[in-house]
Amino acid sequence: MVPLWMYLMVAASLFCIGVYGVLARRNAIAILMGIELMLNAVNINLVAFWRYQTPLALSGQAFAAFVFVVAAAEAAVGLALIINIYRRRQTVIAEDVDLLKW
Amino acid sequence: MDITVESIVFLIFSVITVGGGVLVVTTRNLFRAALFLMLSLFGVAGLFVLLAAPFLAGVQVVVYIGAIAILIIFAVMLTPQVTHTQGRNTQWTAGLVLAVILFLMLISVVTPIAEELGLDDWSAGFTQDDPADVPDGSLTELGRALVDPERYMLPFEVASLLLMAALIGAVMLVRPEDTRPRETQPDEAQPAAEHTREQLSSSTGD
Repeated sequence: MVPLWMYLMVAASLFCIGVYGVLARRNAIAILMGIELMLNAVNINLVAFWRYQTPLALSGQAFAAFVFVVAAAEAAVGLALIINIYRRRQTVIAEDVDLLKW
Repeated sequence: MDITVESIVFLIFSVITVGGGVLVVTTRNLFRAALFLMLSLFGVAGLFVLLAAPFLAGVQVVVYIGAIAILIIFAVMLTPQVTHTQGRNTQWTAGLVLAVILFLMLISVVTPIAEELGLDDWSAGFTQDDPADVPDGSLTELGRALVDPERYMLPFEVASLLLMAALIGAVMLVRPEDTRPRETQPDEAQPAAEHTREQLSSSTGD
């Protein structure tokens, strides 16, 4: 079988790519895509640990399912916020939305 | 590690996942980035199949690729594209350095590289490479566990509540603007009333 640390390595690289996307992109939708990548990295980790460490318990798969739910809710509300901001301020660039900046 | 069929399939899916992810954060055209996001999510679904979690792979395809990625594409198409400007902000080098440092730290802990370099007690010791078989009926057991009051029923119900709240919140956020004049703030009531009159005259004009 493929050793566990290889799955962890794929998940770590996907998470760091997501971190870079969140920090470096200007468009708010692209930032949301980076968050999706990070959530997927977490899911890979959860399922890999379930498979290799506790295949008899189901907590890994159950937690991954809850991560799906949270990701769906996050995407829906996040995109609604972005569309609402675009409607009010005609921009989706994150640094142009500085209403709360003092 | 021997070169087996499984390791080759793992390599293919991990290259799809990581390569798709890199293209997501580097492509300037957001629509293409969303398509690469779908590719990356598909690779994750393949990794789930390799990890003997076919249910989660199916959910990944249906929920992530079928719903979330399509939602993102909708949002991309509903907002204008600023392709002439930079896709990266001014702090992107700092972000890149931070991501690379984070990656190296994670790699040094989760892989056996540190021990090969002679650093004892640094690696987390995830050395499992031949896990026990998943028992038959694992999927049935997962379904029971999600509605078992002793186990995950409360988180399951809270998750359904969260989805409901997110649904209502999303609908509330993008609902059309209220065209009636507001009575609480008199300075805003005047333009709102004009707005209504314009809409009324345009609708009667049709």
